[in-house]
Amino acid sequence: MADYITVNDTKHPLPDDPRVSLLDFLRQEVGLTGTKKGCDHGQCGACTVIVNGMRINSCLALAVMHDGDTVTTIEGIGTPGAPSALQKAFVEHDGYQCGYCTPGQICAATAMLDEIAHGMPSDASDTLEGEIQISDEEIRERMSGNLCRCGAYANILAAIRDVAKEKAV
Amino acid sequence: MKPFQYTRPESLVHAAQLSQDTEALAIAGGTNLLDLMKLQVETPDRLVDINRLGLGEITENTDGTLRIGALVTNTAAANHPRIRADYPVLARAILAGATQQLRNKATTGGNLCQRTRCYYFTNIDQPCNKREPGSGCGAIEGVARLHAVLGTSTECIATYPGDMAVAMSALDAAVHILAEDESERTVPVRDFHCLPGDTPWRDNVLEPGEIITAVTLPPPVQGKQIYRKVRERSSYAFALTSVAAIIAMEGDRIARADLAFGGLAHKPWHDPRLSTLLVGKLPSAALFDEAGDLLLEDAQGFGENDFKIPLARRTLAAVLAEATETEI
Ligand SMILES: Cc1cc2nc3c(=O)[nH]c(=O)nc-3n(C[C@H](O)[C@H](O)[C@H](O)COP(=O)(O)OP(=O)(O)OC[C@H]3O[C@@H](n4cnc5c(N)ncnc54)[C@H](O)[C@@H]3O)c2cc1C
Ligand code: SF4
Ligand code: FES
Ligand code: FES
Repeated sequence: MADYITVNDTKHPLPDDPRVSLLDFLRQEVGLTGTKKGCDHGQCGACTVIVNGMRINSCLALAVMHDGDTVTTIEGIGTPGAPSALQKAFVEHDGYQCGYCTPGQICAATAMLDEIAHGMPSDASDTLEGEIQISDEEIRERMSGNLCRCGAYANILAAIRDVAKEKAV
Repeated sequence: MKPFQYTRPESLVHAAQLSQDTEALAIAGGTNLLDLMKLQVETPDRLVDINRLGLGEITENTDGTLRIGALVTNTAAANHPRIRADYPVLARAILAGATQQLRNKATTGGNLCQRTRCYYFTNIDQPCNKREPGSGCGAIEGVARLHAVLGTSTECIATYPGDMAVAMSALDAAVHILAEDESERTVPVRDFHCLPGDTPWRDNVLEPGEIITAVTLPPPVQGKQIYRKVRERSSYAFALTSVAAIIAMEGDRIARADLAFGGLAHKPWHDPRLSTLLVGKLPSAALFDEAGDLLLEDAQGFGENDFKIPLARRTLAAVLAEATETEI
């Protein structure tokens, strides 16, 4: 059993208390507060991070169960000086109001573009096979795990659509 | 969250032995259990982590069956080439549930064992016979929008909330269970969940010390496979009702009709009489109506969920019409 979790390329020792969620571990023990706590019950997506390439809700995960895993948080996706394509697009499209859901939205969208590239179907896909046709309906379905209390959905969609289309070309 | 001991067992049998203690619970993806532990609905003294014990594989058996390990994630199952190609009703049911983030963690065993979303069950200040036997049922005369209309009891009217198991019930899959004494048994998904009766605290047939190791799908069959889920919003919501269907035609007659329903009962609802009624018949609106009558013959609403009875009837008719290409 490894006794650390790798977060954005740095190893961090596991917490002693098994009750610590991956979310609280990231925020309180690692000190990366980009990942947000909205509901703490898997219902809002604000706590979305990418673990071993897959997006998950870090509030419904115990840090001790992730020993040896690799976690990417919003801080690992880009920096103000070198933002990712999605981060740039969110700024360009005003894909937020208060910004609280934004890290979760961007982590989720980052993983989502990979899922599309790997041909993983969604509930909105017409068929389970073949290349995925990127449509607003597809993006909405795939992003439905990320709620935005400010209702910035139209601009979030526009930002993701831009990057998804660029990637698809 | 109440303090607990976290244990990573050395083997499956060890995991089963540890789970024998009634104060211990197995944890797989944790997406249901941790939620309920935060609410203090579940207060185990020990969590037995059953990840990394080799249950994460999907294997094709030589007899044409497909074995899905209990720790295979919902995402891995829905994307498996054989499941997409031969069991699309299952892939569709999984994709219609929760969100990508949750499906990436949720497992086959955990999904089968997920607990009801009854609002009284998840609120420890409310009476609930399932959570606290003998405390009464808040839902029967209370808020019961999500609740069951079939197979209810005077003790509990909760539903099994999941989607995946509804498709598995239609497919007649089997659950493999390992006990602490190393014995194994296999239970059809159709018999895995219990009706509430006078033991509403019991969701399924698992005994303390039993661990689900896998689910086996029977060899694929011919026919159209459909999963239709009706919910309050078009994504990220539990089913009000759902229908999983495998329908095959021979000429212009129905040759196979395997159906199961979600959101209607304490278990995925499978009524073998529907298949008997439908097979050999010419599809028609009148026949679909008859099927609805049969399905809902004993249905009982509790006020807020009365709408589920006509909703289930119409959803069944719509699915049968689509599968048989019949105008209704
Ligand atoms: C916001 C939200 C929305 C959701 N929407 C849907 C939906 O629309 N449709 C749907 O179907 N589901 C939905 N879910 C539920 C989700 O599918 C379940 O939480 C998940 O499938 C549970 O799997 P898990 O591996 O995380 O289980 P865990 O949380 O780890 O375990 C759940 C239970 O199963 C037991 N258990 C787990 N594995 C085994 C095993 N191998 N043997 C014996 N016992 C075992 C545990 O002891 C525990 O009691 C939703 C969940 C959330 C939080
Ligand atoms: S319906 Fe069942 S789970 Fe809900 S309050 Fe009644 S006893 Fe509890
Ligand atoms: S904080 Fe994790 S989903 Fe809301
Ligand atoms: S920007 Fe405020 S919650 Fe989304």
